[in-house]
Amino acid sequence: MSGERVALVVVSHSGGLADGVAEVAAQMAPDVTVRPAGGLSDGGIGTDFEAVLAAVTEADTGSGVVVLYDLGSAQMTAEMAVESLPEPEAAVVVDAPLVEGAIAAAVSAQGGGDRAAVADAARAAAGRSEVTDTAESADGADSEDAAAAESGAKAEITLANEVGLHARPAALLARCVADVDADVRITLGDTEADARSVFSLMSLTARKGDTVVVTATGTQAEDAIARITALAERNFDE
Amino acid sequence: MGCDAERVAAVLRAGGASVAEHKAELIELDRAIGDADHGENLDRGFAAVLSSLDAGVPETPGAVLKTAATTLISKVGGAAGPLYGTAFLRAATKLGDASELDAAAIATGLRAALDGVVARGKAEVGDATMVDALAPAVEAAERSHADGGDVAAVLSAAADAAKEGADSTVPLTARKGRASYLGERSVGHADPGATSTALLLRSFAEAAR
Ligand SMILES: Nc1ncnc2c1ncn2[C@@H]1O[C@H](COP(=O)(O)OP(=O)(O)OP(=O)(O)O)[C@@H](O)[C@H]1O
Ligand SMILES: [Mg+2]
Repeated sequence: MSGERVALVVVSHSGGLADGVAEVAAQMAPDVTVRPAGGLSDGGIGTDFEAVLAAVTEADTGSGVVVLYDLGSAQMTAEMAVESLPEPEAAVVVDAPLVEGAIAAAVSAQGGGDRAAVADAARAAAGRSEVTDTAESADGADSEDAAAAESGAKAEITLANEVGLHARPAALLARCVADVDADVRITLGDTEADARSVFSLMSLTARKGDTVVVTATGTQAEDAIARITALAERNFDE
Repeated sequence: MGCDAERVAAVLRAGGASVAEHKAELIELDRAIGDADHGENLDRGFAAVLSSLDAGVPETPGAVLKTAATTLISKVGGAAGPLYGTAFLRAATKLGDASELDAAAIATGLRAALDGVVARGKAEVGDATMVDALAPAVEAAERSHADGGDVAAVLSAAADAAKEGADSTVPLTARKGRASYLGERSVGHADPGATSTALLLRSFAEAAR
Protein backbone atom coordinates (compact mmCIF):
# COMPACT_ATOMS: atom_id res chain seq x y z
CA MET A 1 0.00 0.00 0.00
CA SER A 2 2.61 2.53 1.06
CA GLY A 3 4.37 1.95 -2.23
CA GLU A 4 1.70 4.02 -3.92
CA ARG A 5 2.09 7.00 -1.66
CA VAL A 6 4.53 9.86 -1.66
CA ALA A 7 7.02 9.54 1.19
CA LEU A 8 8.39 12.25 3.49
CA VAL A 9 11.83 12.89 4.93
CA VAL A 10 12.33 15.22 7.88
CA VAL A 11 15.80 16.79 8.02
CA SER A 12 16.81 18.52 11.23
CA HIS A 13 19.92 19.56 13.14
CA SER A 14 18.65 17.47 16.03
CA GLY A 15 17.93 13.76 16.04
CA GLY A 16 15.28 14.26 18.70
CA LEU A 17 13.54 16.96 16.69
CA ALA A 18 13.53 14.96 13.44
CA ASP A 19 12.23 11.86 15.23
CA GLY A 20 9.51 13.85 16.98
CA VAL A 21 8.28 15.60 13.86
CA ALA A 22 8.24 12.32 11.96
CA GLU A 23 6.31 10.69 14.78
CA VAL A 24 3.67 13.42 14.91
CA ALA A 25 3.26 13.47 11.12
CA ALA A 26 3.07 9.68 10.82
CA GLN A 27 0.30 9.53 13.39
CA MET A 28 -1.96 11.34 10.95
CA ALA A 29 -0.95 9.27 7.97
CA PRO A 30 -0.67 5.57 8.79
CA ASP A 31 0.22 4.50 5.25
CA VAL A 32 2.82 7.16 4.55
CA THR A 33 6.53 6.49 5.03
CA VAL A 34 7.99 9.31 7.11
CA ARG A 35 11.74 9.10 7.69
CA PRO A 36 13.63 11.28 10.14
CA ALA A 37 17.21 12.34 9.37
CA GLY A 38 18.41 14.47 12.24
CA GLY A 39 21.71 15.26 13.93
CA LEU A 40 25.22 14.02 13.37
CA SER A 41 26.19 10.36 13.43
CA ASP A 42 27.86 10.85 16.84
CA GLY A 43 24.60 12.23 18.23
CA GLY A 44 25.75 15.86 18.04
CA ILE A 45 23.84 18.78 16.57
CA GLY A 46 24.27 19.29 12.84
CA THR A 47 23.24 17.85 9.51
CA ASP A 48 24.62 14.61 8.14
CA PHE A 49 24.68 14.41 4.36
CA GLU A 50 24.98 10.64 4.27
CA ALA A 51 22.11 10.12 6.69
CA VAL A 52 19.91 12.43 4.64
CA LEU A 53 20.83 10.71 1.39
CA ALA A 54 20.12 7.30 2.95
CA ALA A 55 16.76 8.47 4.29
CA VAL A 56 15.67 9.87 0.94
CA THR A 57 16.81 6.75 -0.89
CA GLU A 58 15.10 4.38 1.54
CA ALA A 59 11.91 6.40 1.74
CA ASP A 60 11.25 6.38 -1.97
CA THR A 61 9.04 3.50 -2.92
CA GLY A 62 8.42 4.81 -6.41
CA SER A 63 6.04 7.73 -5.97
CA GLY A 64 8.66 10.23 -4.95
CA VAL A 65 9.73 11.98 -1.79
CA VAL A 66 9.04 15.36 -0.26
CA VAL A 67 11.85 16.60 1.99
CA LEU A 68 11.30 19.10 4.80
CA TYR A 69 14.07 20.81 6.77
CA ASP A 70 14.49 23.00 9.81
CA LEU A 71 17.05 25.66 8.86
CA GLY A 72 20.39 26.65 7.33
CA SER A 73 22.59 23.73 6.48
CA ALA A 74 19.66 21.32 6.70
CA GLN A 75 18.26 22.94 3.56
CA MET A 76 21.59 22.95 1.76
CA THR A 77 22.38 19.39 2.80
CA ALA A 78 18.93 18.22 1.71
CA GLU A 79 19.33 19.92 -1.66
CA MET A 80 22.75 18.36 -2.17
CA ALA A 81 21.40 14.92 -1.26
CA VAL A 82 18.56 15.26 -3.76
CA GLU A 83 20.94 16.50 -6.47
CA SER A 84 23.11 13.46 -5.93
CA LEU A 85 20.27 10.94 -6.40
CA PRO A 86 20.41 8.81 -9.56
CA GLU A 87 17.11 10.48 -10.43
CA PRO A 88 16.97 13.89 -8.75
CA GLU A 89 13.40 14.46 -10.00
CA ALA A 90 12.28 11.73 -7.59
CA ALA A 91 12.51 14.10 -4.64
CA VAL A 92 11.78 17.71 -3.89
CA VAL A 93 12.98 19.89 -1.02
CA VAL A 94 10.24 22.22 0.15
CA ASP A 95 10.40 25.51 1.95
CA ALA A 96 7.76 25.02 4.63
CA PRO A 97 7.34 25.32 8.38
CA LEU A 98 8.72 22.04 9.70
CA VAL A 99 5.98 20.82 12.00
CA GLU A 100 2.89 22.17 10.26
CA GLY A 101 4.39 21.45 6.85
CA ALA A 102 5.18 17.84 7.74
CA ILE A 103 1.67 17.24 9.04
CA ALA A 104 -0.01 18.91 6.07
CA ALA A 105 2.23 16.95 3.68
CA ALA A 106 1.55 13.68 5.51
CA VAL A 107 -2.19 14.16 5.30
CA SER A 108 -1.97 15.05 1.63
CA ALA A 109 0.20 12.00 0.92
CA GLN A 110 -2.18 9.78 2.86
CA GLY A 111 -5.02 11.10 0.71
CA GLY A 112 -3.15 9.99 -2.38
CA GLY A 113 -1.75 13.38 -3.40
CA ASP A 114 1.05 13.23 -5.94
CA ARG A 115 4.47 14.70 -5.25
CA ALA A 116 3.53 18.18 -6.42
CA ALA A 117 0.33 18.17 -4.37
CA VAL A 118 2.12 16.97 -1.24
CA ALA A 119 4.80 19.63 -1.70
CA ASP A 120 2.13 22.29 -2.17
CA ALA A 121 0.33 21.15 0.95
CA ALA A 122 3.55 21.60 2.94
CA ARG A 123 4.21 25.05 1.49
CA ALA A 124 0.63 26.13 2.05
CA ALA A 125 1.07 25.46 5.77
CA ALA A 126 3.27 28.58 5.93
CA GLY A 127 1.49 31.60 7.32
CA ARG A 128 -1.87 30.16 6.42
CA SER A 129 -4.75 32.22 7.65
CA GLU A 130 -6.26 29.33 9.40
CA VAL A 131 -9.88 30.15 8.97
CA THR A 132 -11.68 32.34 6.51
CA ASP A 133 -14.22 34.67 7.97
CA THR A 134 -17.45 34.11 6.03
CA ALA A 135 -18.35 37.77 6.44
CA GLU A 136 -15.22 38.74 4.50
CA SER A 137 -15.50 36.15 1.80
CA ALA A 138 -19.19 36.91 1.21
CA ASP A 139 -18.18 39.31 -1.56
CA GLY A 140 -17.36 36.56 -3.97
CA ALA A 141 -20.50 34.60 -3.19
CA ASP A 142 -22.76 36.52 -5.59
CA SER A 143 -20.57 35.97 -8.55
CA GLU A 144 -20.23 32.29 -7.76
CA ASP A 145 -21.12 30.11 -10.65
CA ALA A 146 -24.77 29.12 -10.71
CA ALA A 147 -23.85 25.73 -12.11
CA ALA A 148 -21.61 25.06 -9.15
CA ALA A 149 -24.46 25.94 -6.84
CA GLU A 150 -26.62 23.39 -8.63
CA SER A 151 -24.15 20.59 -7.96
CA GLY A 152 -23.88 21.64 -4.34
CA ALA A 153 -24.92 19.73 -1.26
CA LYS A 154 -25.29 20.63 2.36
CA ALA A 155 -25.68 18.92 5.72
CA GLU A 156 -25.76 19.80 9.37
CA ILE A 157 -23.81 17.61 11.72
CA THR A 158 -23.83 17.70 15.49
CA LEU A 159 -20.54 16.42 16.83
CA ALA A 160 -21.08 13.58 19.28
CA ASN A 161 -17.50 12.43 19.71
CA GLU A 162 -15.61 13.37 22.87
CA VAL A 163 -12.91 15.67 21.46
CA GLY A 164 -14.83 17.43 18.68
CA LEU A 165 -12.81 18.44 15.61
CA HIS A 166 -9.50 18.04 17.37
CA ALA A 167 -6.30 16.84 15.66
CA ARG A 168 -7.16 13.22 14.99
CA PRO A 169 -10.79 13.63 13.93
CA ALA A 170 -9.78 16.65 11.84
CA ALA A 171 -7.14 14.55 10.10
CA LEU A 172 -9.67 11.77 9.48
CA LEU A 173 -12.14 14.25 8.05
CA ALA A 174 -9.56 15.90 5.78
CA ARG A 175 -8.41 12.48 4.63
CA CYS A 176 -11.90 11.19 3.83
CA VAL A 177 -12.51 13.98 1.32
CA ALA A 178 -8.95 14.31 0.04
CA ASP A 179 -9.65 12.57 -3.27
CA VAL A 180 -13.22 13.81 -3.82
CA ASP A 181 -13.90 16.17 -6.70
CA ALA A 182 -15.65 18.86 -4.69
CA ASP A 183 -14.85 21.96 -2.70
CA VAL A 184 -15.89 21.14 0.84
CA ARG A 185 -16.36 23.73 3.59
CA ILE A 186 -17.19 23.30 7.23
CA THR A 187 -18.77 26.23 9.01
CA LEU A 188 -19.22 26.84 12.71
CA GLY A 189 -20.91 30.14 13.52
CA ASP A 190 -19.18 32.80 11.40
CA THR A 191 -16.05 30.86 10.75
CA GLU A 192 -15.48 28.63 7.80
CA ALA A 193 -12.80 26.02 7.25
CA ASP A 194 -11.52 24.17 4.23
CA ALA A 195 -12.34 20.51 4.92
CA ARG A 196 -9.09 19.38 3.29
CA SER A 197 -6.98 21.41 5.69
CA VAL A 198 -6.40 19.86 9.09
CA PHE A 199 -5.29 23.21 10.49
CA SER A 200 -8.21 25.03 9.12
CA LEU A 201 -10.54 22.43 10.66
CA MET A 202 -8.79 22.49 14.01
CA SER A 203 -8.97 26.28 14.07
CA LEU A 204 -12.74 26.07 14.18
CA THR A 205 -12.32 24.63 17.68
CA ALA A 206 -15.58 22.78 17.20
CA ARG A 207 -16.36 20.79 20.35
CA LYS A 208 -18.60 17.96 21.36
CA GLY A 209 -22.22 19.07 20.97
CA ASP A 210 -21.46 21.80 18.42
CA THR A 211 -23.40 21.75 15.18
CA VAL A 212 -21.35 22.41 12.08
CA VAL A 213 -22.62 23.01 8.57
CA VAL A 214 -20.97 21.08 5.79
CA THR A 215 -21.29 22.48 2.28
CA ALA A 216 -19.86 20.92 -0.83
CA THR A 217 -19.77 22.08 -4.44
CA GLY A 218 -18.52 20.13 -7.41
CA THR A 219 -19.33 16.95 -9.29
CA GLN A 220 -18.90 14.74 -6.21
CA ALA A 221 -20.52 17.08 -3.71
CA GLU A 222 -23.09 14.47 -2.60
CA ASP A 223 -20.39 11.90 -2.12
CA ALA A 224 -18.34 14.29 0.01
CA ILE A 225 -21.30 14.98 2.29
CA ALA A 226 -22.06 11.26 2.54
CA ARG A 227 -18.53 10.43 3.57
CA ILE A 228 -18.36 13.13 6.23
CA THR A 229 -21.78 12.21 7.58
CA ALA A 230 -20.76 8.56 7.80
CA LEU A 231 -17.54 9.46 9.59
CA ALA A 232 -19.40 11.61 12.10
CA GLU A 233 -21.96 8.85 12.65
CA ARG A 234 -19.11 6.51 13.49
CA ASN A 235 -18.04 9.12 16.08
CA PHE A 236 -14.80 9.55 14.13
CA ASP A 237 -13.84 5.99 15.07
CA GLU A 238 -13.18 7.07 18.65
CA MET B 1 55.58 25.65 -13.24
CA GLY B 2 52.05 24.62 -12.43
CA CYS B 3 50.51 22.69 -9.57
CA ASP B 4 50.24 18.93 -10.00
CA ALA B 5 48.05 16.63 -7.90
CA GLU B 6 50.72 16.20 -5.20
CA ARG B 7 51.07 19.96 -4.94
CA VAL B 8 47.34 20.48 -4.69
CA ALA B 9 47.28 17.86 -1.92
CA ALA B 10 50.06 19.74 -0.12
CA VAL B 11 48.08 22.96 -0.47
CA LEU B 12 45.02 21.29 1.09
CA ARG B 13 47.17 19.89 3.92
CA ALA B 14 48.35 23.42 4.63
CA GLY B 15 44.70 24.51 4.69
CA GLY B 16 43.90 21.76 7.18
CA ALA B 17 46.84 22.75 9.38
CA SER B 18 45.69 26.36 9.37
CA VAL B 19 42.14 25.39 10.30
CA ALA B 20 43.46 23.26 13.17
CA GLU B 21 45.67 26.11 14.34
CA HIS B 22 42.84 28.67 14.24
CA LYS B 23 40.10 26.34 15.43
CA ALA B 24 39.59 28.12 18.75
CA GLU B 25 39.49 31.53 17.08
CA LEU B 26 36.86 30.36 14.58
CA ILE B 27 34.81 28.88 17.40
CA GLU B 28 34.93 32.18 19.28
CA LEU B 29 33.84 34.15 16.21
CA ASP B 30 30.95 31.74 15.72
CA ARG B 31 30.07 31.91 19.43
CA ALA B 32 29.51 35.66 19.13
CA ILE B 33 27.00 35.48 16.26
CA GLY B 34 26.23 31.80 15.75
CA ASP B 35 26.37 28.42 17.43
CA ALA B 36 30.08 28.19 18.23
CA ASP B 37 30.77 25.26 15.95
CA HIS B 38 32.44 26.67 12.83
CA GLY B 39 35.99 25.85 14.01
CA GLU B 40 34.90 22.42 15.17
CA ASN B 41 33.00 21.72 11.96
CA LEU B 42 35.81 22.75 9.63
CA ASP B 43 38.47 21.00 11.67
CA ARG B 44 36.48 17.76 11.60
CA GLY B 45 36.04 18.14 7.84
CA PHE B 46 39.64 18.96 7.02
CA ALA B 47 40.98 16.26 9.35
CA ALA B 48 38.95 13.78 7.30
CA VAL B 49 40.25 15.30 4.04
CA LEU B 50 43.82 14.94 5.28
CA SER B 51 43.40 11.35 6.33
CA SER B 52 41.90 10.52 2.98
CA LEU B 53 44.89 12.16 1.26
CA ASP B 54 47.21 10.20 3.55
CA ALA B 55 45.56 7.03 2.31
CA GLY B 56 46.38 8.00 -1.26
CA VAL B 57 46.52 11.11 -3.42
CA PRO B 58 44.27 10.89 -6.50
CA GLU B 59 45.88 11.29 -9.92
CA THR B 60 44.82 14.75 -11.03
CA PRO B 61 44.34 18.11 -9.27
CA GLY B 62 40.65 17.92 -10.16
CA ALA B 63 40.33 14.51 -8.53
CA VAL B 64 42.11 15.74 -5.40
CA LEU B 65 39.70 18.66 -5.14
CA LYS B 66 36.77 16.33 -5.70
CA THR B 67 37.90 14.11 -2.82
CA ALA B 68 38.13 17.18 -0.62
CA ALA B 69 34.65 18.23 -1.73
CA THR B 70 32.90 14.95 -1.02
CA THR B 71 34.70 14.56 2.29
CA LEU B 72 33.74 18.05 3.44
CA ILE B 73 30.14 17.49 2.36
CA SER B 74 29.99 14.30 4.40
CA LYS B 75 31.90 15.36 7.48
CA VAL B 76 31.48 19.04 8.29
CA GLY B 77 27.90 18.92 9.55
CA GLY B 78 27.20 22.67 9.36
CA ALA B 79 26.57 25.22 6.63
CA ALA B 80 30.28 25.26 5.82
CA GLY B 81 30.01 21.63 4.62
CA PRO B 82 27.67 22.10 1.67
CA LEU B 83 29.17 25.53 0.95
CA TYR B 84 32.87 24.64 0.88
CA GLY B 85 31.93 21.25 -0.54
CA THR B 86 30.12 22.85 -3.44
CA ALA B 87 33.00 25.30 -3.91
CA PHE B 88 35.59 22.51 -4.24
CA LEU B 89 33.24 20.39 -6.34
CA ARG B 90 32.59 23.18 -8.85
CA ALA B 91 36.30 23.95 -9.06
CA ALA B 92 37.07 20.27 -9.59
CA THR B 93 34.49 19.98 -12.35
CA LYS B 94 35.76 23.13 -14.05
CA LEU B 95 39.36 21.91 -13.99
CA GLY B 96 38.44 18.54 -15.50
CA ASP B 97 41.33 16.08 -15.84
CA ALA B 98 44.15 18.58 -16.42
CA SER B 99 47.33 17.16 -14.91
CA GLU B 100 48.68 20.55 -13.83
CA LEU B 101 47.09 23.83 -12.85
CA ASP B 102 48.59 27.09 -14.12
CA ALA B 103 47.70 30.60 -12.97
CA ALA B 104 44.79 30.80 -15.41
CA ALA B 105 43.36 27.53 -14.06
CA ILE B 106 43.64 28.79 -10.48
CA ALA B 107 41.70 31.95 -11.36
CA THR B 108 39.10 29.93 -13.28
CA GLY B 109 38.80 27.40 -10.46
CA LEU B 110 38.28 30.15 -7.88
CA ARG B 111 35.58 31.74 -10.03
CA ALA B 112 33.79 28.38 -10.30
CA ALA B 113 34.08 27.96 -6.52
CA LEU B 114 32.45 31.34 -5.91
CA ASP B 115 29.66 30.57 -8.36
CA GLY B 116 29.06 27.32 -6.47
CA VAL B 117 28.85 29.01 -3.06
CA VAL B 118 26.44 31.61 -4.40
CA ALA B 119 24.29 28.98 -6.11
CA ARG B 120 24.14 26.93 -2.91
CA GLY B 121 23.66 29.63 -0.29
CA LYS B 122 22.06 32.46 -2.32
CA ALA B 123 24.13 35.09 -0.50
CA GLU B 124 25.32 38.31 -2.11
CA VAL B 125 28.28 40.50 -1.28
CA GLY B 126 27.29 42.54 1.77
CA ASP B 127 25.24 39.79 3.45
CA ALA B 128 28.15 39.14 5.87
CA THR B 129 29.05 35.61 4.79
CA MET B 130 32.01 33.82 3.26
CA VAL B 131 30.94 35.36 -0.06
CA ASP B 132 32.26 38.69 1.24
CA ALA B 133 35.74 37.14 1.34
CA LEU B 134 35.54 34.89 -1.69
CA ALA B 135 34.08 37.37 -4.19
CA PRO B 136 36.85 39.99 -3.87
CA ALA B 137 39.40 37.14 -3.76
CA VAL B 138 38.23 35.91 -7.17
CA GLU B 139 38.40 39.37 -8.64
CA ALA B 140 41.89 39.93 -7.26
CA ALA B 141 42.99 36.54 -8.61
CA GLU B 142 41.69 37.38 -12.07
CA ARG B 143 43.41 40.78 -12.01
CA SER B 144 46.66 39.22 -10.88
CA HIS B 145 46.48 36.62 -13.63
CA ALA B 146 45.74 39.32 -16.23
CA ASP B 147 48.82 41.19 -15.01
CA GLY B 148 50.94 38.12 -15.66
CA GLY B 149 51.06 36.75 -12.10
CA ASP B 150 52.08 33.11 -11.55
CA VAL B 151 50.22 30.57 -9.40
CA ALA B 152 51.73 31.86 -6.15
CA ALA B 153 51.04 35.49 -7.08
CA VAL B 154 47.45 34.77 -8.05
CA LEU B 155 46.76 32.90 -4.80
CA SER B 156 48.54 35.56 -2.77
CA ALA B 157 46.45 38.33 -4.35
CA ALA B 158 43.33 36.27 -3.60
CA ALA B 159 44.39 35.80 0.03
CA ASP B 160 45.03 39.53 0.55
CA ALA B 161 41.65 40.46 -0.90
CA ALA B 162 39.90 37.74 1.12
CA LYS B 163 41.40 39.07 4.35
CA GLU B 164 40.18 42.56 3.53
CA GLY B 165 36.78 41.13 2.59
CA ALA B 166 36.56 39.22 5.88
CA ASP B 167 37.39 42.39 7.82
CA SER B 168 34.71 44.24 5.87
CA THR B 169 32.03 42.02 7.43
CA VAL B 170 32.55 43.55 10.90
CA PRO B 171 30.21 46.55 10.46
CA LEU B 172 27.65 44.56 8.46
CA THR B 173 24.30 43.14 9.54
CA ALA B 174 24.22 39.43 8.67
CA ARG B 175 21.52 38.56 6.18
CA LYS B 176 22.20 34.86 5.62
CA GLY B 177 22.90 31.89 7.83
CA ARG B 178 22.49 31.58 11.57
CA ALA B 179 23.86 35.06 12.31
CA SER B 180 20.95 36.57 10.38
CA TYR B 181 18.67 35.60 13.28
CA LEU B 182 20.55 38.15 15.38
CA GLY B 183 19.69 41.03 13.06
CA GLU B 184 21.41 44.24 14.20
CA ARG B 185 23.16 42.42 17.00
CA SER B 186 25.42 40.77 14.41
CA VAL B 187 27.03 44.17 13.77
CA GLY B 188 30.54 44.50 15.20
CA HIS B 189 31.64 40.92 14.60
CA ALA B 190 33.66 39.36 11.79
CA ASP B 191 31.83 36.56 9.99
CA PRO B 192 33.36 33.16 10.86
CA GLY B 193 33.01 31.74 7.35
CA ALA B 194 34.55 34.83 5.73
CA THR B 195 37.41 34.55 8.23
CA SER B 196 38.00 30.87 7.48
CA THR B 197 37.94 31.60 3.74
CA ALA B 198 40.68 34.19 4.23
CA LEU B 199 42.71 31.79 6.41
CA LEU B 200 42.39 28.97 3.88
CA LEU B 201 43.42 31.13 0.93
CA ARG B 202 46.39 32.50 2.91
CA SER B 203 47.59 28.98 3.69
CA PHE B 204 47.01 27.85 0.08
CA ALA B 205 49.09 30.83 -1.17
CA GLU B 206 51.94 30.05 1.21
CA ALA B 207 51.98 26.37 0.34
CA ALA B 208 51.98 27.12 -3.39
CA ARG B 209 55.03 29.37 -3.18
N1 LIG C 1 23.47 30.98 2.90
C1 LIG C 1 24.78 31.17 3.07
N2 LIG C 1 25.55 31.63 2.05
C2 LIG C 1 26.87 31.81 2.23
N3 LIG C 1 27.52 31.57 3.36
C3 LIG C 1 26.80 31.12 4.40
C4 LIG C 1 25.41 30.88 4.31
N4 LIG C 1 24.99 30.40 5.50
C5 LIG C 1 26.07 30.33 6.30
N5 LIG C 1 27.17 30.76 5.64
C6 LIG C 1 28.55 30.81 6.11
O1 LIG C 1 28.76 29.71 6.97
C7 LIG C 1 29.37 30.16 8.16
C8 LIG C 1 28.94 29.30 9.33
O2 LIG C 1 29.40 28.01 9.15
P1 LIG C 1 29.12 26.88 10.23
O3 LIG C 1 29.89 25.70 9.83
O4 LIG C 1 29.30 27.43 11.58
O5 LIG C 1 27.63 26.56 9.96
P2 LIG C 1 26.32 26.84 10.85
O6 LIG C 1 25.81 28.16 10.50
O7 LIG C 1 26.60 26.54 12.26
O8 LIG C 1 25.43 25.71 10.20
P3 LIG C 1 23.92 25.37 10.41
O9 LIG C 1 23.21 25.95 9.24
O10 LIG C 1 23.92 23.89 10.40
O11 LIG C 1 23.52 25.96 11.69
C9 LIG C 1 28.93 31.60 8.29
O12 LIG C 1 29.87 32.34 9.03
C10 LIG C 1 28.84 32.07 6.86
O13 LIG C 1 30.07 32.56 6.38
MG1 LIG D 1 28.06 27.55 13.26
